[in-house]
Amino acid sequence: MVLVILLVGSVLLAISLGPAPVPPGDTARFLWAALSGGRVAAADATTYQIIWEIRTPRVLLAALVGAGLSAVGVAIQAMVRNALADPFVLGISSGASVGAVSVTVTGGLAGLGIYAVSTGAFAGALLAAALVYLASSRGGALSPLRLVLTGVTVSFGLQAVMSVIIYLAPNSEATSTVLYWTMGSFGAASWAALPVVATVVTLGAVLLHRRSRTLDVLALGDETAASLGVGPDRHRRLLLVLASLMTGVMVAVSGAISFVGLVMPHLVRLVVGAGHARVLAIAPLAGALFMVWVDLIARTLVAPRELPLGAITALIGVPVFIVLMRRKSYVFGGR
Amino acid sequence: MELSFDEVTVVVNGRNLVESLSLRVGSGEVVGLVGPNGSGKSTALRCVYRALAPSGGAVRVDRLALTSLTPRESARAVAALTQNGTVDLDFTVEEVVALGRAPHLRGNQPLSGRERALVARAMHRLDVAHLARRGVLTLSGGERQRVLVARALVQEPEILVLDEPTNHLDVRHQIGLLALLRGAGLTVLVVLHDLNLAAAACDRLGVLAHGRLVATGPPGEVLTAGLVREVFGVEATVVPHPLTGGPQLLYTLPAPPTN
Repeated sequence: MVLVILLVGSVLLAISLGPAPVPPGDTARFLWAALSGGRVAAADATTYQIIWEIRTPRVLLAALVGAGLSAVGVAIQAMVRNALADPFVLGISSGASVGAVSVTVTGGLAGLGIYAVSTGAFAGALLAAALVYLASSRGGALSPLRLVLTGVTVSFGLQAVMSVIIYLAPNSEATSTVLYWTMGSFGAASWAALPVVATVVTLGAVLLHRRSRTLDVLALGDETAASLGVGPDRHRRLLLVLASLMTGVMVAVSGAISFVGLVMPHLVRLVVGAGHARVLAIAPLAGALFMVWVDLIARTLVAPRELPLGAITALIGVPVFIVLMRRKSYVFGGR
Repeated sequence: MELSFDEVTVVVNGRNLVESLSLRVGSGEVVGLVGPNGSGKSTALRCVYRALAPSGGAVRVDRLALTSLTPRESARAVAALTQNGTVDLDFTVEEVVALGRAPHLRGNQPLSGRERALVARAMHRLDVAHLARRGVLTLSGGERQRVLVARALVQEPEILVLDEPTNHLDVRHQIGLLALLRGAGLTVLVVLHDLNLAAAACDRLGVLAHGRLVATGPPGEVLTAGLVREVFGVEATVVPHPLTGGPQLLYTLPAPPTN
């Protein structure tokens, strides 16, 4: 509950602040005008534009992606039974980068206009996940360790493909696309993309939360899970599909923002314990809150330039994580 | 509820781990499965708790083939204590024990009052109630083993299969656990390495060697010096227990080689 209030407050504050700060009162007035279809004085038109057309979708996207990455991180860590796993461990981010770069270089999917690159990224992400799945499943069995190892290997392979494409590419646009996709940014946020992201992330987070007892059972090991009526391979397959879809959509709109999906699950577990019903209720809120602030810092600290999100998530997250970990004895997998 | 193996064969990667195993565990009976390492004991159990599907034959509960039930349905009838019961996340003891209710609950449905009482009773029976709030990863091996047994009881099964449940347990808790198995009124199939404990705790024993059942019957008939020599390759003298009369094995170490 506290988190919800904090989140709403942070979202409003983040919409107000930027290279051109707007008083919170005005922000609220503009938002209300936009939502209720009210009128805005002609003198305020530019500010209104900034608030409603640029900052609001951007902050909302940050919140959604933060929430989604945290939820997926929790699920992936339980699914592959590895504390170092994050949403990108299955090659999804490198797949998205290859997809985006291919589209940029070849000019394919031109019919989709400004969505071409995002679509390419999404397709690349899903193809990578499918490749990892096919390569790691053997006779219907899906071993967690094999999943992770295949994911890491496929990631390396895709990065090599990307290097070759950039090397051969005739323009510098490809290079900047890669940079954008590997560092992550909400700069391209627009109202048009929000509904899809909101639907997928919200639905995915709810579905994951409804499976929290299954995730608990999976953490007891495959044998015990089977004895409790939870077929480990079947549920891992389901989780893999759900996590890939969610991550694919998020990567397509914001690039691969590292660290959130890795550290947020651990931070939340440190505070509320390991039970997934609690972790999956809190992690999305905490992740959203964190990401809204990270994005705010990214676009205000050295305004008008923008810092890469990945750099800030790491710079904030690492010290916080180390402090929390030292304060309380925290264990994952008995290690 | 009766548990029976009906000509069960398990082939993994071209190797016959279990071959035409037929064994019946009557309702309320405690049957021990003994045999040397790699003789197929754990493989046979895995077919009962659905971690493995037999390549041939069927495992039945009350004449009903397990494979005809959904995993959740069979988990309501059969609970298991598996080998290497590792836990990845630092759940509290109470949380782990409560997960025994998973096959009975839909999605995130919370535990009812009756189920919470069930969890408390199981923790008390296994002497882990004082650890309820502790993280399972901070427990000793024996404490964790007891937590996992409590979890299996909370499942309210009619059939309980256990793979070396006395692993890591001190002697008091070994005896306590086996006494509990005898008194629980459940149909029990248990893999044990300690033949003396097996003789004391089980109504009947099944002896596996190379995936085949080589002997079955009451401990007094099965555990003979000849069988122990043939199956386990050790010399043992069988004497009656002075108080209970059950068979007890006294082992003789081979003489050190002299050159």
